[in-house]
Amino acid sequence: MADASQSVTFLALILPFLAAAIAPALTRILKHNAAWVLALAPLFLFVHFFGYLGDVAAGRAVTGGYAWIPSLGVDFSWFIDGLSLTFALLISGIGTLIVLYAGGYLKGHEQQGRFFSFILMFMGAMQGLVLSDSFMTLFVFWELTSITSFLLIGFDHSREASRRAALQALVVTGLGGLSLLAGLLVIWAATGEGTLSGLLSSGDALRAAPFYLLALVLVLGGAFTKSAQFPFHFWLPNAMEAPTPVSAYLHSATMVKAGVYLLMRLNPVLGDTVWWETILPIFGGTTLLVGTLLAIRQTDLKLMLAYTTVASLGLLVMLTGLGSEIAIEAAVLYLVAHSLFKGALFMVAGLIDHEAGTRDVRWLGGLRSAMPITFAAALLAALSMGGLPPFFGFLAKEEIYAALDFSGGWNALFTAVAIIGNALMLVIGFAVALKPFLGAAVETPKHAHEGPVLLWLGPLTLAIVGCVAAIFSGVTHHYVSEPMAAAVAGAPVEIYISVVPHASLALLLSIVTIALGIAIFLMLDRARDAMAAVLAAIGWGPDRGFDQAIRGLIRLANAVTGVIQNGRMEVYMTVTFVMIAVAIWAPMLMFGELPAMPTFPRMTFYEWTVFAIAAIGLGAVAYAADRLTAIVSLGIQGFAVALLFLLFGAPDLAFTQFMVETLSVVILALVMTRLRLYPSDHRPTAEKMVDVGIAGACGIGFAVLLLKVTQIPFDSTLSDFFSTYSYVIAHGRNIVNVIIVDFRGLDTLGEIAVVMITGLAILALIRIRLPRSTDVTEAKS
Amino acid sequence: MQTVIFRTAAPYLASLMVMFSVFVLLRGHNEPGGGFIGGLIAASAFAIYGIACGVTPVRRALYFHPMAIAGFGLFLSTVAGLASLAMGVPFLTGLWTEVHLLGVTLDLSTVLFFDFGVYFVVVGAITSIALALEEREED
Repeated sequence: MADASQSVTFLALILPFLAAAIAPALTRILKHNAAWVLALAPLFLFVHFFGYLGDVAAGRAVTGGYAWIPSLGVDFSWFIDGLSLTFALLISGIGTLIVLYAGGYLKGHEQQGRFFSFILMFMGAMQGLVLSDSFMTLFVFWELTSITSFLLIGFDHSREASRRAALQALVVTGLGGLSLLAGLLVIWAATGEGTLSGLLSSGDALRAAPFYLLALVLVLGGAFTKSAQFPFHFWLPNAMEAPTPVSAYLHSATMVKAGVYLLMRLNPVLGDTVWWETILPIFGGTTLLVGTLLAIRQTDLKLMLAYTTVASLGLLVMLTGLGSEIAIEAAVLYLVAHSLFKGALFMVAGLIDHEAGTRDVRWLGGLRSAMPITFAAALLAALSMGGLPPFFGFLAKEEIYAALDFSGGWNALFTAVAIIGNALMLVIGFAVALKPFLGAAVETPKHAHEGPVLLWLGPLTLAIVGCVAAIFSGVTHHYVSEPMAAAVAGAPVEIYISVVPHASLALLLSIVTIALGIAIFLMLDRARDAMAAVLAAIGWGPDRGFDQAIRGLIRLANAVTGVIQNGRMEVYMTVTFVMIAVAIWAPMLMFGELPAMPTFPRMTFYEWTVFAIAAIGLGAVAYAADRLTAIVSLGIQGFAVALLFLLFGAPDLAFTQFMVETLSVVILALVMTRLRLYPSDHRPTAEKMVDVGIAGACGIGFAVLLLKVTQIPFDSTLSDFFSTYSYVIAHGRNIVNVIIVDFRGLDTLGEIAVVMITGLAILALIRIRLPRSTDVTEAKS
Repeated sequence: MQTVIFRTAAPYLASLMVMFSVFVLLRGHNEPGGGFIGGLIAASAFAIYGIACGVTPVRRALYFHPMAIAGFGLFLSTVAGLASLAMGVPFLTGLWTEVHLLGVTLDLSTVLFFDFGVYFVVVGAITSIALALEEREED
């Protein structure tokens, strides 16, 4: 039974990728109705993971997996406890609705199949991320979400803004991913645990480790970039260039919460320290304030929502950082509430855009009679976002206020931040959900009417779930909130909060928040102008800073390339050969390893003759009147060396040397005639002498090195092995060839691949140079 | 190089060299030789033929583009290496069999095909460079 469940979970992990593979073909056949079929994949995931609720609520985490890279101790394994299960349900549940929504939203779009494919791939990556147990799978899926997010943001790649936003998101989250990788490796090295489940059961090991702070900073680097914490928040609003289903799914409900997931996941082992409880609330609180203030400034529905997403992520980080049990409960409740209402509101924004032709809040109004179902969904979601009963947002907000300790100092500051943030969030929620629907009807670019079922099904479902889950809070808490909070806190917790308001300080703060929010909502236009004036006065932001950083990097790269790759062949050759000479001479001189002067060998007259031929060849090279003669003379010397190989018993080597010499002379001669150089060398003697020096250093250095090699006692283990076994196990008597094709076959395979690639590269070079060289001749003549 | 003697002799010389290269390739396992040297000999043959008679006849004689020959060689070597996986032994392990043909016993092996691959890569890559360089002589 366990095995069956294991394979089903594995299937669930790869199913989105399978669905992504067939999506384009399916969409070609079924057009936008392919959404109904493709949505079955996330639905299957949802149902499968739903089945784990009982087990997990009873405190039994589900683990499983397969060996992946056993030699490195890396497994493809998963770990399902309250935290990952809640995420998995949100991802697959909202994912089902998003696929349907995308079916309606991109109806008739040429690339709809590709879109389905991307979004399903993202779903698979996100699913894998939250379920991963081993660090390596966690990291791989983490990066995969960045890459698929890049593809989705840049989906409309013919627009410059989309491309920039996609690249920006990839750079920021990709850098964060590398930081996370480093952090995970530090944790791995410090604790010896390569899996999350192992790490979570290691107690205080990580907090006590000397590298705790380093690990914390690196992990936060990953989490903060992914979850768009100030000052890395700028990529998220820019990501709104993506089609709305993407914004609703990746950039509000799921992917941006990966950072929060990571923080919550590691809270039991990284949290509960001064560093954790200082850094997280400060960054989170700042992000909350900055996000809401910037949201006021916007008029585009999607951008308003995007900035409140930034703010909400800040709130979640702040709550996670506070670290008390009740703060964690609040974070858990708010995370679920936010995924539900923000996903719904984004889909509503897209629906308005789709049906009315604009999503500028100033040009919208009075749509309630034209789009009643949309209005209902928007209203329910906005009330949840505003934190009014009986919605899930209300539970979350009550718990947030209960979590904040109001006893002066820092805590009072965080309370104030939370009140302002929540009030502004209510403002934006109402601005998005009410403004376009209430008031007098405004002329919109398209004649607005209710969208098709594919479009309103998603937002309405999410909005209703947000209400039902709150009303039956007992059940929700038992199956979702409590197991999840327990996983974050690392100890069992109980949550009592329900939709029935009860008199307390928290309720009072809620009322203050709502009153403040409504007051700001009524004078939203003035608030917007004021914010715009302030931002214009500042005039610089991380978004522009990103551009400056990238431009600086490109300038630096250009400068470095200009120095290293200056395009002058002589310089390349000089540098290469000087390096060779240094590499040969430096170690010998530094370690005093120069060879002893050898005794002069007795040689026969024919051996002398061959030497004489080589020397004559060399002399001819040096005194040749033109280049062609020099090349041929070099060949003479090469043939003489080949003869020496033959005389001293290396026929294979001699054979190869003959052929290589022949071919080099032929090819060099061909190249030289093609280069259209002066036939001979006209440089001044001083320049030539430098080259003579370098050539001499290389040549003599090599000779000395060889002498030294022959004077070191010869270890014959390998030659003995080869000569003993060459025929016995490789059926060949020619040891050289047996080594090439059998003993070291893999080397040879690599070498012939290199030969092939070099050939292709040379072929390309010859072709490229063709027009330019004719230009030169024309210019000369 | 438009001398009559060279142009007349080159085709025969080239064909002799190609034949010799195959001989060298086949004897490689037990005597000096092998795919690499054989490939170099064949490549020189084509280069000489090209210098003597121009590139077009060489290309026609080769029929396939030299780079395609090199690609085929790399493919052949890889497949010869992969064959061992089907027998459950590591990549590139040589598999041997004996074939009795006309009263002679022949040792056939995947290693032999691997060597053929090396031969084709060397012939293809070097011939294509040489031919491309010679071609430009005509422009």
